[in-house]
Amino acid sequence: MQSKKTIKIKEPIRLLIVDDEKEYVEVLANRMALRGIQVSKAYSGTEAIRILREKEFDVAVLDLKMEDMDGLEVLKIFKKMDPDLMVIMLTGHGSAQAASDGISLGAFAYLTKPCEFSQLLEKIRKAYWEHKNFF
Amino acid sequence: MTNYPKNDSGYYHSLTKKMILAVISVSLTPLILVSVMILGEFKRSNREKVHEHLSLHVLKHKTIIDNFLSERLRNIEHMAETWEFEQLQDDTFLENRLAVLQNTYGNVFVDLGLINEQGYQVSYAGPYRLVKAQYSEAEWFEKAIDRDSYISDVFSGLKRLPYLIVSVKKYDGEKAWLLRSTINFTVFNDLVKNIQIGKTGFTFIVNQDGRFQTTPKAGAIAARQLSLNLVENHHEADEIIVRETFGASVQEEIIVATGFLKDGEWIMVLQQNLQDALSDFQLAQNIAILIIMSGGLVIIVMAFFLSTNTVNRIAKADRENELMNRQIVETGKLAAIGELSAGIAHEVNNPVAIMVEEAGWIEDLLEEEDFQESENLKEFTRALSQIKTQGRRCKEITHKLLNFARKTDSTTQKHRINDLIEEVINLSKQRAKYSNVTVNTHLNENLPNIMISDTEFQQILLNLINNALDAMDKTGGNLDISTDIQNNEIIIGVSDTGPGIPKVNLSKIFEPFFTTKPVGKGTGLGLSICYKIIQKMGGQIDVQSGINKGTTFTIRIPMDKQENGISSMKEKNRKPLPENKNDTI
Repeated sequence: MQSKKTIKIKEPIRLLIVDDEKEYVEVLANRMALRGIQVSKAYSGTEAIRILREKEFDVAVLDLKMEDMDGLEVLKIFKKMDPDLMVIMLTGHGSAQAASDGISLGAFAYLTKPCEFSQLLEKIRKAYWEHKNFF
Repeated sequence: MTNYPKNDSGYYHSLTKKMILAVISVSLTPLILVSVMILGEFKRSNREKVHEHLSLHVLKHKTIIDNFLSERLRNIEHMAETWEFEQLQDDTFLENRLAVLQNTYGNVFVDLGLINEQGYQVSYAGPYRLVKAQYSEAEWFEKAIDRDSYISDVFSGLKRLPYLIVSVKKYDGEKAWLLRSTINFTVFNDLVKNIQIGKTGFTFIVNQDGRFQTTPKAGAIAARQLSLNLVENHHEADEIIVRETFGASVQEEIIVATGFLKDGEWIMVLQQNLQDALSDFQLAQNIAILIIMSGGLVIIVMAFFLSTNTVNRIAKADRENELMNRQIVETGKLAAIGELSAGIAHEVNNPVAIMVEEAGWIEDLLEEEDFQESENLKEFTRALSQIKTQGRRCKEITHKLLNFARKTDSTTQKHRINDLIEEVINLSKQRAKYSNVTVNTHLNENLPNIMISDTEFQQILLNLINNALDAMDKTGGNLDISTDIQNNEIIIGVSDTGPGIPKVNLSKIFEPFFTTKPVGKGTGLGLSICYKIIQKMGGQIDVQSGINKGTTFTIRIPMDKQENGISSMKEKNRKPLPENKNDTI
C-alpha cells in the first residue's frame, strides 16, 4: 500500500452509474466522459451487479430507489463483491434516514437529486482519491 | 359552553332525567310501601291499646263509684238494723247518729231522716228544716218504699238543690218505715269529676233516661242519645263499650267508653278527644313521617347529584372519545397528505434532475470551438443558466415539501426557533402572495437554541399563519412574525391585520371543533391542537383581538422548563383541555 500511495496515477477514473432513469444515466455519462472519466452505465440493480462482476471500478454512483431493487440492497451486494469500491448514493427522496443508513452500510457520501453537477464531480474525484490513497 | 353539539345536550338531559326517575322510584317505592304498612299497623295496635286503656279506666272507676254508693247504703242499713224505730224517732238521737257518721266519713252524709209508711218524715237531723216534711208524692219515695234499700238518682229536691238519697226499708211490726240520708252531691260529684284522663278526658254519669247524674264538662255528648244506644246495644252488665264518634261539633272526633253501674241504672261515660287519646301515637307518627320524608329528601338529592354527576362523566367521556376519533382522522389525513406529497416530490425530482443535467450537457458542448463564434451564444448561455436556476428552484420547493411532509415526529432536539420559522414562512410565501399579504419578520437573532420538536413547532406556526392568511384572504394586509426573549421565556408573536375575532368567540377559539369557517373548510381542530402542543411544551398561548384591528397570537415557551417539557412528553402525560378558557391560557 505504501508503495502505491506514492505513485502518481494518470489512469482515468473508472465510474459506474446506476439509475433506472435511463436519460439521467445517459446525460451524466456524457458529461463525465467529456471530463475524462471512464463511465459504465447500468439501468437497474441487477444489471449493475452483473457489470461489477465482469469489471473493476473505482467509484459507483447509485440511485437509492430503483424499480427492481432497493439502492441499499444493491449497496450491500456491491460492498460484499468489492469492499474497496467507493459508492456515492443519489436520492430523489431527500430522506435523511435512508441516506444515513447508506453511510452506515459503507457508502462514501450521499447527494440529493437534482444535484449540482460540479458537486457530484467533486465527490467522485474525492472518492477516487480516497480509494487510491487507501489501496 | 358545553362541548357537545346542541342536539346532544337534549340527549344528556333526558338521560339525566331517566336516571333520576329510576333511582328515585326504585328507592322511594319500597320506602313508602313499608312506611305505609308499618304506620297502618302501628295505628291499629295503638288504637286497640287506647281502647283497652279507656275501658280499664271505666271499669276501675265504676267499681269505685259502685263501692262508694253501696258502702253509704250499708252505713244506713247498719244504723237501721242496730236501732229500733222508737229510738230513731227521737230527733236528738238521730242528730247524734248523724254526728257519728259525719265524724267517721266527713261531710258525705248531709242529713238523716226517718219516714213512715205514709211518706211523713217522723224525725230529722240535718241542716234543713225538714221535720214533718211530706214525701208521699215524691218520686224517690214511691220507689224506695217498694224496696229493701234504695239509692236514688240525682234530683232537685224541695230546696231546688241536687240530691242523692240512700234509704233503707224496715218494719216496725206490720208498718214499714224508711231511714234515709242525703248524700253530699258535691262529694259524689267530685268523686266522678276527678276521674280525668289525658288533657281532654273526663267522666260523667247519666241515668237510663239520659239525665246527667254528675255535672259534666262542656262538650259532653248528648247523654240521652248515648244512653238509649247503650241500653239497646248492651248485653252484659260488666261489659265496657268503647266507640269512636263525633262530639258536640262534627269537627271534633271523640272516643267514648261506657259502662253500667248501680246495677244497670246508671251509665258511666268516659269521653276523650280522639286526637288527645292518640296524641302519643301522633307524636310517634309525626317523628316517623319526618324521618321518612327526610330520608326521601336525601334520596332525591342524592339521585339528582349522582345522576348529574354520572351523566357529566359520560358526556365528558363521549366528548373525549369523539375528540380522539376526530384527531385520529385528522392525523390520518395529515399522514396521507404527507405521503402523497413526498411521492410527488420524489417523482418530480427525477425529471428535474434530467432537465438540469441536459442543460449542463449543452453547456458542455457549447464550450467546443464551433459554437464559440455563434451569434446567439450569449442568449444560449443565459437560457441554460436560467434552466439551471429554475431547476434549483424546483429542487428547493420539493425539498421543502419533503422536509415538511416527513412523518410527524415529536422527538425533541436542539433547534433554532428562527430557522424553523423561516422554513414555515418560505412554505407559506406563495399563498401570502396570492392573498396580497405582506409577510414581515422581526426575529431576535440572540435566541438560544431550545429543545423542541421541529415538526410540532412548525405545525403550530403553520396553523397560525394559515389562519391569519385565511382572515386576510379577501382584504390583504400585513402578517408580522416576531421572536423575542422576556423573563426567561421565548416569545413568538403572530399578528395579522385581518377583521379580528368577535369577543363572543374569543373564549372559544381554543376549544376543539369550534370553527367559523364554512362547513368542509375547517375542522375546528387547528387551534386546539396548537393549544395542546404548546401546553405539552410547558408553554402558553394568548390571543388579543380587536374588531377591524387584527389579531395577535402570542406563544411563550419557557427556556428553563425544557427538561420538564421533555419528561412530561415522554410520559405521554397530556393534560386535557380546561373546560373554560378565558383570555389568557
